[in-house]
Amino acid sequence: MDSFLKINIPGGILEQIHSHCERSYPEEGAGLMLGKEEDDRRAVAYLFILENAREDAARHNRYLITAADMLAGEKEAKRLGLSILGIFHSHPDHPNQPSEFDREYALPWYSYLITSVQGGQVVDSKCWRLRDNRAGFVPEEIILTD
Amino acid sequence: MPTLKIPTPLRPYTSGESTITLPGETVAEVLEALVERHPELKRHLLGDNGQLRPYVNLFLKEENVNQLQGLETPLTERDTLLIIPSIAGGKEHRRDHAP
Repeated sequence: MDSFLKINIPGGILEQIHSHCERSYPEEGAGLMLGKEEDDRRAVAYLFILENAREDAARHNRYLITAADMLAGEKEAKRLGLSILGIFHSHPDHPNQPSEFDREYALPWYSYLITSVQGGQVVDSKCWRLRDNRAGFVPEEIILTD
Repeated sequence: MPTLKIPTPLRPYTSGESTITLPGETVAEVLEALVERHPELKRHLLGDNGQLRPYVNLFLKEENVNQLQGLETPLTERDTLLIIPSIAGGKEHRRDHAP
C-alpha cells in the first residue's frame, strides 16, 4: 500500500456525514460508504446510514455495525451496482485520529473516515486505511467532488 | 468440498477470488485449509491467541455458526460458508475488548 491513497467524496455526501455525526453527538454516529473502485480510483456515491448497535452506555465512545447491518449494506450496494468502500464514524470531543481500538477491530482495504465533533460541532474529517501488517493506518486523502 | 465466500476487503489476499472450495468436514478444518492456502489472510482472521477475531462472523444457511456448534460445526460437501464482517471502533477512552 502506498502513501498516496485518495478517495473521491462528493461535497454533498460529506455534508450528510457531518450532519449525521452532529445529530448523533454526544454519541458516536456511523454508517457505510458505498461507491465504486476502478483502476485504484475510489469514489463514494451513496451513504448507508446505520443506527449505532452498541448498548446505550457505550455509544459515547464506541460504535458497532453488526453482521446483519453489513449484509443489508451489501444488499443495498448490489441493488445500486456499487460496493461497500468503507465506514464512517465520529469521535465526539476527540481528534479524528484512529484509536487503538479502531486498529484492533479494523479490516484491511476498507476506507475509514473519522469525523471529529467538538461540543456538537463538526471540526474536520480524515480518512484512513489499515496497513496490511495491521501495525497502523495510512492516511487517505479526501478529494471533494461535485 | 464445502465452499467459502470471501468478503471484498479480504479478496486482495485470495488473489481476487470471491468463492473458494476447500477441504474440511468442520468450520475449523475449512478455515485451517483457507489460511494454509492463503497465509496472509491469517492475521486478519485470527488473533494472536489463534481465535477468530471478534469482527469475523461465519454464517451457514443464514445462521451464525456461533449459534450452532461454533468452529466444530460440521459441514457437508454442498455447504456454503459465508464470512461476514461486523465493524467496530471508537475513540480512545478506556481500554476494553468488547467490540
